[in-house]
Amino acid sequence: MLDLKGYGPALLEGAVVTIELAFLSLALAVTLGLIGASAKLSNSRAAKWTATAYTTLIRGVPDLVMMLLFYYGGQVVVNMISDYVWEAYEIDFFFQFDPFISGVITIGLIFGAYMTETFRGAFLAVESGQIEAARAYGFTRWHTFRRIMFPQMLRHALPGVGNNWQVLLKTTALVSIIGLTDMVRVAEEAAKAERMPFHFFIPVAFVYLTLTAASELFIKWLNKRANVGVVQEG
Amino acid sequence: MPDFIAQWLNQNEIFTAMTIMEYWDGLVTTVHLVFLSLVIGLVVAVPLAIMRTVRNPFISGPVWLYTYLFRGTPLLIQLYIIYYGLAQIEGIQETFWWEIFREPFYPALLAFTLNTAAYTTEIIRGAIVSTPHGEIEAAKAYGMNWFLRMRRIVLPSAARRAVQAYSNEVIFMLHASAIASVVTIVDLTGAARNIYSRFYAPFDAFLFVALLYMLLTFALVFAFRKLENHLLKHQRPIGS
Repeated sequence: MLDLKGYGPALLEGAVVTIELAFLSLALAVTLGLIGASAKLSNSRAAKWTATAYTTLIRGVPDLVMMLLFYYGGQVVVNMISDYVWEAYEIDFFFQFDPFISGVITIGLIFGAYMTETFRGAFLAVESGQIEAARAYGFTRWHTFRRIMFPQMLRHALPGVGNNWQVLLKTTALVSIIGLTDMVRVAEEAAKAERMPFHFFIPVAFVYLTLTAASELFIKWLNKRANVGVVQEG
Repeated sequence: MPDFIAQWLNQNEIFTAMTIMEYWDGLVTTVHLVFLSLVIGLVVAVPLAIMRTVRNPFISGPVWLYTYLFRGTPLLIQLYIIYYGLAQIEGIQETFWWEIFREPFYPALLAFTLNTAAYTTEIIRGAIVSTPHGEIEAAKAYGMNWFLRMRRIVLPSAARRAVQAYSNEVIFMLHASAIASVVTIVDLTGAARNIYSRFYAPFDAFLFVALLYMLLTFALVFAFRKLENHLLKHQRPIGS
């Protein structure tokens, strides 16, 4: 059996942290992606420009650099806001900018940019006849979005969202660099203390492999469900 | 130099000639590391991609396993395993390999190369598999053998189809290389981290380095767009 030298429980806790981080980042990324895609497809020039600037800037900078910027810079900004609020309104608030929050914000922002592109393409893939039909039925814009555009867009977005999720899952490992005790961090400490790198990193690699493999199966299943009633090519 | 830049340079304490040299050295290391791993990775990936398309499972299976393992785990873990692991291999410290691998640059180069080769293998494989049947049939009709067909028909046509996905991989690698700084390599990110800890100025240190990465990224995007235009010239509509 695999002997983890007493690091087993810590590694398991770390794995839970990794999974929590991944899901929270995904939620933020999907939200930002939907907002970004709506902005890109809207008629407002300012919204379009902002969304384009967002996706372009994010794609130019490495995830680690952004994470370091948010982690070290985030606290500085929070302190400045806190000082300002105290001086202006005499309300005392303090907010510790920890690695977990920085990780969620950074990963969410980065993948929000990728999701924006995915959702934009998916919205464009919905046939215009569908929207016209909704208008003809007297649906409002919001109604058209919720009942017609959104459900049909999901089917087109799913493969892209799945790919982004797989990359996001692996990106969570980076948060160990800014000090989050996820499973990578625990393994690193254990490997250094016990001088057994393979012994601790290989099991962690297998946890990631299991997570990506399970996601792959789940996405396949979702895809199949979403495409029920659609004639597949080939 | 415009006055306001000169004035700004005189007033600030962070962007002195010394720190700018540190960034420059970091830039050189980053470019060096990324360029070498991409070139070696590509050279390794072409034969692997061909092996991956072969019907015999004893040839394609191991390549599949390799790409699956390296694409399914984070690069950071791969880097840690190689960086910390190589030193633990028994007897390595007595061989000449130790002279090479005691420098963090080479374990990082090895990890990055293995990682990018795995992704590139899959990109090229995808391009090979989608070669139009007609092209291969025509080559066969001309009496070309397997080797000639690969060299003259399949690989050149696959290369054109692979360029776009490969350009994404190159940019991904540039960004991923930032993690070299965690194994004490002073690349661009490493330089920024050093300067951050010296001045405790997160915005100056990291925004500047983000800008440098952005310039590198956009230069690469531009170069690949040119290359793509060049390679796909024959598919452009007449008169454009």
